[in-house]
Amino acid sequence: MFLWRIMKDDRGGQILLVLLAAAIVLVPILNGLPSDSALHLPTYTVTLIGKYLTLALLAVAVDLVWGYLGILTLGHGAFFALGGYAMGMYLMRQIGDRGVYGNPELPDFMVFLNWQELPWFWQGFDQFWFAAIMVMLAPGILAFVFGALAFRSRVSGVYLSIITQALTFALMLAFYRNEMGFGGNNGLTDFKDLLGFNLQSDSTRIGLFIASALALAFSYLLCRYLMQSRLGRVCVAVRDAESRARFMGYRVENVKLWVFTISAMIAGVAGALYVPQVGIINPNEFSPLNSIEVVVWVAVGGRATLYGAVVGALVINYAKSYFTAELPDIWLFALGGLFVLVTLLLPRGITGLLRPKEAV
Amino acid sequence: MTVRTIGGICLLSLLLLLAPLRALAEGEQEVYSQAAELLMSRGFDEKGQAIQLLADNNHPQTQLILTLLMDSRLYYNKEDDRLYQIDDYDSGKPAISITTGDRLVIEKKRDFKKITLNNQLRSQVRQIQAELGLKASDLSRRLAAVRAMLGSMDSDTLSLVRKAYAGEQSAAVREVMQVAIAIGELPRADEARARDAIDTLGGSLEPDARNALSQFASATDSKALKAAAEKALAEIEQRTNLYGGIETLYFGLSLGSVLVLAGIGLAITFGVMGVINMAHGELIMLGAYTTYVIQQLMPNHIGLSLIVAIPCAFLVSALVGIAIERGVIRFLYGRPLETLLATFGISLVLQQAVRTIFSPLNRSVETPEWMSGLIEINPVLSLTTSRLYIILFCLMVFFALLLVLKRTSLGLQVRAVSQNRAMARAMGVRSEWVDALTFGLGSGVAGVAGVALSQLTNVGPNLGQAYIIDSFMVVVFGGVGNLWGTLVAGLSLGVANKVLEPWAGAVLAKILVLVFIILFIQKRPRGLFPQRGRAAEG
Repeated sequence: MFLWRIMKDDRGGQILLVLLAAAIVLVPILNGLPSDSALHLPTYTVTLIGKYLTLALLAVAVDLVWGYLGILTLGHGAFFALGGYAMGMYLMRQIGDRGVYGNPELPDFMVFLNWQELPWFWQGFDQFWFAAIMVMLAPGILAFVFGALAFRSRVSGVYLSIITQALTFALMLAFYRNEMGFGGNNGLTDFKDLLGFNLQSDSTRIGLFIASALALAFSYLLCRYLMQSRLGRVCVAVRDAESRARFMGYRVENVKLWVFTISAMIAGVAGALYVPQVGIINPNEFSPLNSIEVVVWVAVGGRATLYGAVVGALVINYAKSYFTAELPDIWLFALGGLFVLVTLLLPRGITGLLRPKEAV
Repeated sequence: MTVRTIGGICLLSLLLLLAPLRALAEGEQEVYSQAAELLMSRGFDEKGQAIQLLADNNHPQTQLILTLLMDSRLYYNKEDDRLYQIDDYDSGKPAISITTGDRLVIEKKRDFKKITLNNQLRSQVRQIQAELGLKASDLSRRLAAVRAMLGSMDSDTLSLVRKAYAGEQSAAVREVMQVAIAIGELPRADEARARDAIDTLGGSLEPDARNALSQFASATDSKALKAAAEKALAEIEQRTNLYGGIETLYFGLSLGSVLVLAGIGLAITFGVMGVINMAHGELIMLGAYTTYVIQQLMPNHIGLSLIVAIPCAFLVSALVGIAIERGVIRFLYGRPLETLLATFGISLVLQQAVRTIFSPLNRSVETPEWMSGLIEINPVLSLTTSRLYIILFCLMVFFALLLVLKRTSLGLQVRAVSQNRAMARAMGVRSEWVDALTFGLGSGVAGVAGVALSQLTNVGPNLGQAYIIDSFMVVVFGGVGNLWGTLVAGLSLGVANKVLEPWAGAVLAKILVLVFIILFIQKRPRGLFPQRGRAAEG
């Protein structure tokens, strides 16, 4: 079978998919148990796990380009945030006249800024299908244009990392401006409902969790499929010996460009699922620190494994939630120390400890 | 004549000279008490006489009394009939005696009464103030007095200025006086005189000259004069724009100097050694905090503490840098992406360390007096001294660094190792030792940059983050491994930023510059001044 063909050599992936399927079945049941039961899962926790899953999806997107293609991107947070903003705009339009100012057409912050009509780039976001397309299209186009420029002129290695960082930094500054029409530094928030379902209700939150888990599973399968295909083999060749791959006749820049764009689109989807679960999107998501953190998730989990990225994202984000609540002073020490220790001592990440040594 | 008689004559003449002086002092006393009595009377006419009396006799306290009168801060005590200065009219607040300078506390508010003026008296006082200002012996006070009159020239002030102009010695004051006379004459003069006045005004950059011209241009009936005035206005406009341009350039250069300072340490660690040091910004931050600590240690010598901070900051950052190199980076040579991640981790640790030690709040470092101030070049262009110091400091650091790299044996070894490590080792260079020292040098320079930055912004844990991207941009834009490239890139980015700012706003200007660099790197991946030859291949 198709699924079996992709997954048969991927032990970690099999475990991951089984776990995801189990979670999709079990979480709604556990959440439905009466609240005094020992096994009851509060909705808060469901949303938290859902949030981690979207971050894991982002980590998979980064692993695709960093693990398999050797492009250390320090700007994937930008694509994630763009997807989030596209979803946020849809949710904003759904508020309708329930905002503070009660304007049926304009979101609150526009009324506050004395804008008279909706800017052209907000048109169409009242339709879910349009927003859903933009969630992938906006990051995709940005990645395509940026990648086309960068890869064609053979900017690579550290230089590419730095300009991806500059890209997300520039976007952060831009989105902080009120004139941009994305709510300035407050961002978009105060969402009411999604496709007619109230965002605060338990069933919607479970629905979002399931959607996140499904998105992660499908994206994982897509990435795995891509990396098992001929394209994936070329990717690894490009990563390990770019010049050699080029001399053998492969169009290296095209390979990089397409994989980079696909990865950006996955990141956009992750952002779109993240926003309704946390209830806010603001320009801080563009900050370079966020993007670098994602790279660390991947590094900790293990590069070029895909499931390692998921493990890294879940472990570190759980640790982050724990530390920032219990020992806020320690968190940055721990994160910083992790960066250093993993690069020095664990080049293959946590999952590398469990895997037999192999030629990746 | 004997010596004795000469002495006698001298003594006699001295006495003769002193006698009127004493008499004057007595006369002053009399004038003052007379004037004070008149001021305390109810009628405005008497007050006017008092003011005139003070002015005519050139009493030393006239200036003070007039200023207080104009600000409604002059009061008299009903009990002892004396004049007092009261800044805050409330019981419990101090009152300062005009004659003796004694302070006493207001017990009852109604003991004191304010000396009020009417509009006529106000204009009289203003007139006298201007007159006194024009006669002042201090050059800057005369200049200020003429400047203050520019906006309100009428026939009275005109004749005043004319009189003062004849006796004025200083060329600078005469120049402003000419402008004042021209402003006063312009609306009243015949055609030939008006032309001269327009010419004078056209050559001046005083804002009031411009106002007078534009008022005249819209009021006059003569077409020829109107055209002349408009032409003069256009000329003023052009020159104002020119000076505006110079100011922008100056701002740009000072911003650029900051960028160069921030980036130049990176130009060594990244450019020469090829190490991506994401903790570079935090090394700058450490330098800034060192300045803060030194200033806390010697709070009475702010200026000196800044000078002491420079070598201290260099040492602190250099030592931390060497520790980073020995502890982490040396295991990661040849793996730039891993270096990037590890040093980023170090930057987080340093930030949090500073936050734990000094609290997350911003600390402000005081600016010594000799750094604050303005250098006024003309009425539309004045340069801030602190920016000038930053530019000079940046150049000093740059050339010192250039000297170290080009003229010392350490510099020679650094360049040898960066060009061909194996060959350098074969020639007996201890490459590990050179690596550590080079990294220390670059880090130390970052610390020195921190001293400069502490004068510009608040010192906080996030100081470094704000500069790290800029620093990388400068180095990459200038061309890796090229100090001159870093200088040119930093200065030109600074100027570009400031040139874009007026029409795009500060944030958008910054975004545009970032986008420009991103596009520029696509076209010339090796920067403005790429390394050529063998060095480029490594």
